[in-house]
Amino acid sequence: MSLLDYFKTKKTNTASIAKERLQIIVAHERTKRDQPDYLPQLQQEILDVIRKYVPIDQDQVQVQLDKNGNCSVLELNVTLPD
Amino acid sequence: MAKIIVITSGKGGVGKTTTSASIATGLAKSGHKTVVIDFDVGLRNLDLIMNCERRVVYDFVNVINEEANLNQALIKDKHVEDLFILPASQTRDKDALTQEGVERVLNELKERFEFIICDSPAGIEHGAQMSLYYADEAIIVTNPEVSSVRDSDRILGILQSKSRRAEMGLEPVKEHLLLTRYNPARAETGEMLCVEDVKDILAIKLLGVIPESTTVLSASNQGVPVILNDESDAGAAYRDAVDRLLGNEREHRFLEVEKKGFFKRMFRG
Ligand SMILES: Nc1ncnc2c1ncn2[C@@H]1O[C@H](COP(=O)(O)OP(=O)(O)OP(=O)(O)O)[C@@H](O)[C@H]1O
Ligand SMILES: [Mg+2]
Repeated sequence: MSLLDYFKTKKTNTASIAKERLQIIVAHERTKRDQPDYLPQLQQEILDVIRKYVPIDQDQVQVQLDKNGNCSVLELNVTLPD
Repeated sequence: MAKIIVITSGKGGVGKTTTSASIATGLAKSGHKTVVIDFDVGLRNLDLIMNCERRVVYDFVNVINEEANLNQALIKDKHVEDLFILPASQTRDKDALTQEGVERVLNELKERFEFIICDSPAGIEHGAQMSLYYADEAIIVTNPEVSSVRDSDRILGILQSKSRRAEMGLEPVKEHLLLTRYNPARAETGEMLCVEDVKDILAIKLLGVIPESTTVLSASNQGVPVILNDESDAGAAYRDAVDRLLGNEREHRFLEVEKKGFFKRMFRG
């Protein structure tokens, strides 16, 4: 591939890269958007409680609220070290 | 029933004020009594774009604080009948727009006008939230560029959760996408997001595509909204958008590169 071709393909691809990145970030932000404001703090406090007993990292506690019609399910995922 | 339409974007400098001026002018020109309100407290600019900056005596905040009445603050447009401008205050107090005050003024305007166009400031702070809170419809001004598209999605989220219609469980705010500063040539070569890309991501109805055009700058230089320029492609695109807003079908134009003439093609001009 010549240098010229390299710049050509690079030029033609940036819009599709932009679209792909946008689709991912927008989808991610939309799921967060529907969550109540207290969720990050709830996650932090749960983390603090677990840490009293087991040393775990920040990302080992996942809290997610899913709406199913007229009820919500709080999903708590804790990964404990072996 | 009067309709409140907010012109919003999240991101700054994408063309909200340009759009507010042209849409309001177009609606009035079609015979609808229209008022356009500048919500950009501290950064008044709509007056310049509409060439009434030297006639501003009282402003939106004066009316909210009951230091002036609406008749004293509304400025009658010189280009078209049935159009009035309510200028923003130049105060630095961003909380000057109280929710009760805004509601009172809007209710009063609803008695007198068919369309109330709200020119939102950039961002998602108080002023932007006030400008969209009472909206029945929203025109989301978006440029074909990553940060603008993402911010538009943020604003859609706010419209869907923090507007009066959302809070009261009423019919949702009607959302319209207006893609502005569009460059068909760059979209065609894949250098820039194209109309379909932005539509796919935001998933709202397309009101119009306004091409990037030098006539927009000359319009603001002169204080004549670009929609009044019969020779401008951006002006024509705004006229189509107003027609669609009024419920008429208009085919989208200026989406593709103008076909080059024989000589231009010969010389690859
Ligand atoms: N279709 C267009 N073609 C070329 N230039 C444009 C177009 N639309 C807007 N502009 C230019 O972009 C700049 C910003 O426009 P405008 O002031 O309307 O944006 P805004 O969203 O109101 O900005 P702010 O967020 O600061 O209020 C101006 O210089 C304007 O002339
Ligand atoms: Mg503006």
